[in-house]
Amino acid sequence: MRTLWAAVLILGFASPAMAENIIPEMLKTYEAAGASHFDAKAGSALWHKKYAAPENAESPKPRSCQACHGVDLTKWGAHIRTGKEIEPMALSVNPKRFSEAKKMRKWFRRNCKWVMGRVCTAQEKGDILTYLQQQ
Amino acid sequence: MTLMFMGYFLMVCVVFSSQTAFASDSFFSIPRLKGVESVFNSNYQSSCGECHFAYFPGLLPGRSWKKLMQAKALEDHFGEDAELEEPDRLEILNFLTRHAADDSHYKRSIKIIRSLKADSTPLRITQVPYIQRKHSEIPVRLIKGNKKVRSLSNCTKCHTQAKEKGIFDDDTVFIPGHGAWD
Repeated sequence: MRTLWAAVLILGFASPAMAENIIPEMLKTYEAAGASHFDAKAGSALWHKKYAAPENAESPKPRSCQACHGVDLTKWGAHIRTGKEIEPMALSVNPKRFSEAKKMRKWFRRNCKWVMGRVCTAQEKGDILTYLQQQ
Repeated sequence: MTLMFMGYFLMVCVVFSSQTAFASDSFFSIPRLKGVESVFNSNYQSSCGECHFAYFPGLLPGRSWKKLMQAKALEDHFGEDAELEEPDRLEILNFLTRHAADDSHYKRSIKIIRSLKADSTPLRITQVPYIQRKHSEIPVRLIKGNKKVRSLSNCTKCHTQAKEKGIFDDDTVFIPGHGAWD
């Protein structure tokens, strides 16, 4: 019984520190969906590309990943409309990044639609993550 | 034995009477609870609270939450895409409607419901007549024109006990860059 509790305690305390980069696993799921040869350069190009805001948008400012995440990925970003503070994207300063598949799915979906007006393909997501992983 | 029981009874009385959460209009009315019910759901906190204060369910009637949380509605959530995976959406919707203002015994929820017409379904808490009335005297420069507040929807910027306790009393208000409000 005591060992069981010890195990529970150890696991319980250890888990928050176990946040680790799951990009390699995510890339495998994209490969399973037909994508391949992920390319940081292509990811960077997508990340920096500017898209025209939709006609009904509140602000006519062009949209891009950088618009909210900021130019320097090691610094905090801020949502251009709501001002919500966004944690740095770079793993080098924010090791908690890219550790939750659910969160990554959620934000890829929302943000691709916001920036590009459509969901990203598996290839695009893989390229972007490959680029971000290097920051 | 009797003494032990009495001691226990006394303790229970003390515990209950010391809970300042109780307040009522008069001695004879059913005691109602202060503020809004401070309930938490980890899925709600992570899914919605990532972007904004995870507003307590008791701040809107169930019909409002139902409308807000429709899958289609979430795609355009006040101009932002707030889509959720279906199991999460359903869990959160259930949490919100179960604790919605309608049948609440909490003072603020009761007042919110009383101020609403039966056929009105506000999508913003800031559209609730009671909430508007309570904030009508505060100059625009202290909320919208205040860089540290920005909007009436940022409850917790001024209501210092809202996030943890669901308390919105005047004497717990501190407006950033201004100070207490009275």
